[in-house]
Amino acid sequence: MQKLRRTMMYVPGNNPGMLTDAHIYGADSLMFDLEDSIALSEKDCARLLVYNAVKSMDYEGMEIVVRINGLDSPYGRADIEAMVRAGVDVIRLPKTETAQDVTEVEKIIEEVEKKIEKEIGSTKMMGAIESPLGVINAVEIATASKRLMGIALGAEDYVTNMKTKRSPGGIELLLARSQILTAARAAGIYALDTVYSDVDNEEGFREEVKLIKQLGFDGKSIINPRQIGPVHEIYAPTEKEIDHAKKVMKAIKEANEKGAGVISLNGKMIDKPIVERAERVLELAKMSGLIKEGE
Amino acid sequence: MEIIKTGMAGTMESSDIHVIIEKNEEAGIKIFLNSTVEKQFGEQIEGVILKTLKEMDIINVVVRAMDRGALDCTIRARVQSAVMRSILKENELDWGLL
Repeated sequence: MQKLRRTMMYVPGNNPGMLTDAHIYGADSLMFDLEDSIALSEKDCARLLVYNAVKSMDYEGMEIVVRINGLDSPYGRADIEAMVRAGVDVIRLPKTETAQDVTEVEKIIEEVEKKIEKEIGSTKMMGAIESPLGVINAVEIATASKRLMGIALGAEDYVTNMKTKRSPGGIELLLARSQILTAARAAGIYALDTVYSDVDNEEGFREEVKLIKQLGFDGKSIINPRQIGPVHEIYAPTEKEIDHAKKVMKAIKEANEKGAGVISLNGKMIDKPIVERAERVLELAKMSGLIKEGE
Repeated sequence: MEIIKTGMAGTMESSDIHVIIEKNEEAGIKIFLNSTVEKQFGEQIEGVILKTLKEMDIINVVVRAMDRGALDCTIRARVQSAVMRSILKENELDWGLL
C-alpha cells in the first residue's frame, strides 16, 4: 500500500513548542523548516534544535521531512549532515533547478550515511521546484535520483520570476502545476502542490485543493493545522465513488472467473484504466479509514 | 574544550530555554537556573545541562539559564548551540562533540 501524502505541514525549525507538538494535529507528513522561516543569525540554533527533536521525540511513525538550506549557502552542507545523522525520513531541497542540484545533495547524503554506517539510500529526498528553469527541467529533476520520493511546486518565487502574482483561480500556475505533475507521474514519484498562504480564507483554500486534486496531485504543502481537515476531507473518496469502485472490482472478478474478455457495468465498458482507478479509490478509502481491509 | 567568548542561544518564549555560556575563571561548572517549573523539574533541568556539557568536554563554565518549560531535547539543543557559539564553531559542527 502506498503512503498517503495529502498534507505536508511546514513547522518553523527554531520553535521548540511547535516542533514538539506538531504531530498531534494529524498531518500525513511534517516538514521542519531550516530555510526561509529561519533568520540567518539563527540557522545554527534551528539546525541543532531539529536535530535533537528528531533524535529524541516519538513522532509515532509520522513521516519527518526537513527543508534544508541550499548548497549555495554557508548552511546547506551542515544541514544535510545533521539531518542524516538525526535520521529524518526525507530531505527536501529548496529551489531545485537542475538534475545536478539533486545529485550534489545526494552525494553528501551518501557520504554521511557511509560515515555513520547508515543504510545507503535510506534517507529519501524531495525537490521543491520554485523557478521557471526548474519547471522547464522538471523531468530531469524528477528522474535524477532513486532517492527522490517526490517533487513539489513552490509558487511564490515562481510567480515573482514570471512577473506576475498569485490569483484565486491560479491560472498563472497552470503550466508549472501541469509540468511538475506530469514529470512526477512519468518518474513514478509523488507530486505535491504549493502552500496557500491566506489561512483565514477557507473557501479559497478549499477551491484550490479541489483544483489540485482534480489535476492529480497527491497532496499539498500546508502552513497551519487548520488546513489539514479540509484537505483530508476533499481527498477522501465519496460514498458513491467507493460504491462504484466496489461494483467495478466485483464485475471484473466475475468476468475473470467466467473467462470473459470484455465486460460492462450498467452498460459501460470496463477496461484497464477504469479498473486501476477503482483500485486507487478503494486504496485511498482504506488508507483514509473509510473502509476496512478486504472490503 | 576552552570557552573563547560568551555564547547565547534560545528565547524566552514558552517551551524554550535561554542559555548563556560564560567562561568560569575558577575551576568547575556553575549553573544558575531560573525556571517556571523549577520546583518540580529544577534538578532534572540542571542534570540535562550538566550531562550535555560533560559530553561536549566543557569543564570550566558558568551557565545562566532562563527556562520556560523546555523539554529535554530543547535544553540539550540550546546548551549545544550556546557552547558551539562560545567556541566559535557554530557553522562547522564537530560531531565528535555532540
